Amino acid sequence: MPGYIIRRLFFAIPTMFVIILLTFLLMHMAPGGPFDDLVDIDPEVLANLRAAYNLDDTVWKQFLAYLGGLLQGDLGPSLVYREQTVGHIIAVGLPVSVTIGLSAMTIGLSIGLVCGIVAALKHNSVLDYTLMAAAMTGVAVPTFVTAPLLILIFGLYLSWLPISGWNGGQIQHLILPVTALAIPKIAAIARIARGAMLESINTDYVRTARAKGLGEFKVIVHHVLRPVFIPITSYLGPAIAGVMTGSVIIEKIFGLPGIGRAFVDAALNRDYPVVMGIVIVYAAFIVLLNLIVDILYGFLDPRIRQT
Amino acid sequence: MSAVANQTRKAGAATFRKRSLWHDARDRFMANRAAMISTGIMLTIVVLAIIVPIWGPHPLEEVYWDRMMIAPTLENNHWFGTDVNGRDMFARVFYGARISLTIGVLTTLVAMTIGVTYGAVAGYAGGRIGAVMMRFVDIVYAVPALFLIIVLVSVFGNNFILVFISIGAVEWLTMARIVRGQTLSIKEKDYLEAARALGLPASAVLVRYIIPNVLGPVIVYATLLIPINILVESYLSFLGLGVQEPFTSWGRLISQGAKEMEMAPWLLLAPAVFLTVTMFCFNFIGDGLRDALDPKDR
Repeated sequence: MPGYIIRRLFFAIPTMFVIILLTFLLMHMAPGGPFDDLVDIDPEVLANLRAAYNLDDTVWKQFLAYLGGLLQGDLGPSLVYREQTVGHIIAVGLPVSVTIGLSAMTIGLSIGLVCGIVAALKHNSVLDYTLMAAAMTGVAVPTFVTAPLLILIFGLYLSWLPISGWNGGQIQHLILPVTALAIPKIAAIARIARGAMLESINTDYVRTARAKGLGEFKVIVHHVLRPVFIPITSYLGPAIAGVMTGSVIIEKIFGLPGIGRAFVDAALNRDYPVVMGIVIVYAAFIVLLNLIVDILYGFLDPRIRQT
Repeated sequence: MSAVANQTRKAGAATFRKRSLWHDARDRFMANRAAMISTGIMLTIVVLAIIVPIWGPHPLEEVYWDRMMIAPTLENNHWFGTDVNGRDMFARVFYGARISLTIGVLTTLVAMTIGVTYGAVAGYAGGRIGAVMMRFVDIVYAVPALFLIIVLVSVFGNNFILVFISIGAVEWLTMARIVRGQTLSIKEKDYLEAARALGLPASAVLVRYIIPNVLGPVIVYATLLIPINILVESYLSFLGLGVQEPFTSWGRLISQGAKEMEMAPWLLLAPAVFLTVTMFCFNFIGDGLRDALDPKDR
């Protein structure tokens, strides 16, 4: 097991490095410089500015300087909001994004699992069909359609919940965005759980468990459910990526001050250091969470550790 | 022709007609009701997307000053109502369908070209080159596609053509993995060794043997990639990073509709329903094709 963890770790580090390099080169290829809008500027001042930001160095020197700053937690300045650093923008937005992302994942996992298990236990019943039709819809309807519909129904028509804003993370402000973000995850996890459950119900070891006289509840908990967690775990990686992608849309729709909204605004303003910094933070999150999922996977399924 | 084949099959007699795998696949696909209905709906949407902007009751950009934001009505043929600027929504939804579907198909073609070539080369070259090529795919895979696309769009600008090249340039990774896996398994087949023994160069082996053999899974995945790419374009347009005026797409219409939904929910619902139906249809068609082309899975 330690060998397996170390191997996964050795994959994570070069992955991060290549992602940083790729985004850096892309940003470098971008047309226009940060001081293009300063029209009537003294050439000497411009030269000083360029020198201050190392813009006259070769690409590789600039990359090494960026990497050096990154290792010390310095992501550089924002080009649009001159008084803010990228690190500051991320520090403000990250707690918001993490809160709604984690809540959505937790809800997606718990409700999705329950729905999938119930549907599989009541296989081919009306309940099964209803749940699976709902799940199919949940997978097919995009987040940016469900979110406005939720706002329309619960915010505007029924006036039960606030339609936008963060307000220090009050629970009422969290309900709609987290629901919109969780729906596709609930649906996908329910479908996976149901499929895996139906497969494991028909295995020989479950028949053996029943044959030796084990109670139905024990059969389900000890034998049927265990293999269900393997496909669910392998879905966690893509699910986390999906929640992060979704949160960009959700933060924009609900006006939440997270890094997803900062990311889109920066992309619209061509604030390259912010775009880059946020991509790196997202990538780091995904690489780290995938590492955890991989390790979890190794615990759940001993066969994985060998390869 | 197929009626004869069906009759002989019904009679239980051995049929001597040569039946290709594609022929069998077509029969299996036609027997799948969900996939056939979906195909019918999609064809209808495609036909409407072609003819409505040409022969529809209202031109796309015509502004009706006296009829702004009216609800769907048969009067004056505003079947889906009009938007904030008094433009007919029926025309706009199908004009948006044109752009969304075109982008979906073109980006998939870009992704397919890159993915099939990359995967086939990586699989056929094998060894260290193949491993390095696939390691690169693994690394890029770690970043969600939408982020990379937003980075590309912010760097290269949101010009119509660049948007779909960016989407295609990011979405080829899974395709490359599928093709590489298939290539690796075909590479060991005897007929390929025979072809090599006869002195066929590697490029000819790729074109004549590998690519036709990986076509099945590639078609299935391409069908599933079209709705994903339509969705990605909608995400971009929704965020204001996709197609710009005077063009419009379903994502843009949904984004504009969401702003007015309290007063005029039809502006949100009309494009949203079409987008969702399209998602459903392509998924059913993709599943149907998978069952038809890969009977092992059933």
